[in-house]
Amino acid sequence: MSRLSIEASTPLCLLQDAGRFGVRHLGVTQGGALDWVSMAWANWLLGNALNAAVVEITLGGFTVKAEDYCLLALAGADLGAHIDERAISPGRSFVLQKGQRLRFTQPFDGARAYLAAPGGFDAPAVLGSCATVAREALGGVDGLGNALAAGGRLSYSGTGGALQELSQPALPTGGPLDVIVGAQIGQFSGQSLFDAFNTDWALDSRADRMGMRLLGTPLQYQGPSLISEGIPLGAIQVPPDGQPIVLLNDRQTIGGYPRLGALTPLALARLAQCLPGEKVRLAPVVQETAHRQHIEYLRRFQTAGRACSR
Amino acid sequence: MKPRIEVVAIDCLMVRLFDVIAEANMPWMLAATQRLRSDFGTALVDLVPSYTTLMVHYDLTALSPAGARHRIDQALADLQPQAQGSGQCHVLPVWYDLRVGPELSVLSQRSGLTVDEVIRRHSAHEYQVFALGFAPGFAFMGLVDEALATPRLSTPRKRVAAGSVGIAERQTAAYPVVSPGGWNLIGRTPAKLFDRERDGYSLMQPGDTVRFQAVDHAEFIRLGGDDTPLEAQP
Repeated sequence: MSRLSIEASTPLCLLQDAGRFGVRHLGVTQGGALDWVSMAWANWLLGNALNAAVVEITLGGFTVKAEDYCLLALAGADLGAHIDERAISPGRSFVLQKGQRLRFTQPFDGARAYLAAPGGFDAPAVLGSCATVAREALGGVDGLGNALAAGGRLSYSGTGGALQELSQPALPTGGPLDVIVGAQIGQFSGQSLFDAFNTDWALDSRADRMGMRLLGTPLQYQGPSLISEGIPLGAIQVPPDGQPIVLLNDRQTIGGYPRLGALTPLALARLAQCLPGEKVRLAPVVQETAHRQHIEYLRRFQTAGRACSR
Repeated sequence: MKPRIEVVAIDCLMVRLFDVIAEANMPWMLAATQRLRSDFGTALVDLVPSYTTLMVHYDLTALSPAGARHRIDQALADLQPQAQGSGQCHVLPVWYDLRVGPELSVLSQRSGLTVDEVIRRHSAHEYQVFALGFAPGFAFMGLVDEALATPRLSTPRKRVAAGSVGIAERQTAAYPVVSPGGWNLIGRTPAKLFDRERDGYSLMQPGDTVRFQAVDHAEFIRLGGDDTPLEAQP
């Protein structure tokens, strides 16, 4: 077993995997890495299952010290990671010698970094997952939903993995965020539909793992009030004030606000790397097209070459 | 019964069975749930029932959108309502008291009924569990006697004690854990509503029925209830 002691952390540094499934009908939220693409690449770098337990570090403020020789991988945002005094860029695996520190300072590019270890970090599976959801007291290293905290410890038991780096950025970049339009789309005013897909939306600072609010021209829903129903990941719900909220991994399982549609998983991964104040555009896409693009993207994990970093 | 299927996400379809909330929906909802679970098998990621809908979240690496739609059509062909009583029936002991159910007086005033009559009517009905949501194990149940229907508090409480039993409009529920909440509180149950060690985790499952049984303070404590007044809980 290889161990890391946590010297600094924040409530936004969480153990995550793909999330909890098969329990949504019990009111249990999904949880899981917000930028699933970067989580998958971090794991890919070590030859792990793509959804093995990783640390999701949001904005920085996280420091670990190796208590043993550790092989780790990093993908996602550039949060100013350093091994002792040496800067290290995301998209690669690396060694932390016993006694060395890995430190994340502040966001330079993106918002969330993912740290992986061979075989995934050790954590109990709670309802099938180690995804940390503080609100539900589920997941994490202790199984009780607590964020990683200074004084705590991470460990992994897997072996193998090699030093390598990604030959391309982990995330597809540029362009609007794809929205699969939902059944209630016709109930928004024509002007609102135009505004939704032709104007900028700024990310509000009121954002967490449950949802991100988009600020812009308010959208007008003209349909009848709705009975609560299941909410998919990425749903863009429009409350009465007209400012849409993108519902993320820790969302409630059912809800009754009208919805514009739902972001595609690839769009969600990109959104997860946006900071408050950043502007995004939305673009409508049909389910079949989005599905095709998604399957195509997943193929990269099979075909991508592993470049030896040294 | 011709359910409508709507696109909601890349890997989710909404099966809309009804347009209004009714207890009579449940036998159909249960039958549809069972059919969908068995027909999708391992391609099913999650099935989220609510009052009138079932959200089917399927594995998008196993099924295309058209394939999933087809599978739903097949599963729900010739759907027949499930026989009544196929869900479990739970009896939840409740200590109805102003100390833990401050809105008992509000309900009494609004309805013109005595507090005892409010309690009697709340505990007289066998409720359907329409859906779980808001928090793990939080069951939305109904329908509550029309005289007791009361809108949510205009300002939700920051902390509602675990086990609190409340009413919102014609629905009733019990809070599994301490959480914020805007329901009108009328009592508290000692029952453990969500337990990660329990098979199935949640005491109540969609389609189950629930009856509340009034118990006195001594019995509430004997059953393991915590009578700490609302805001004093740690």
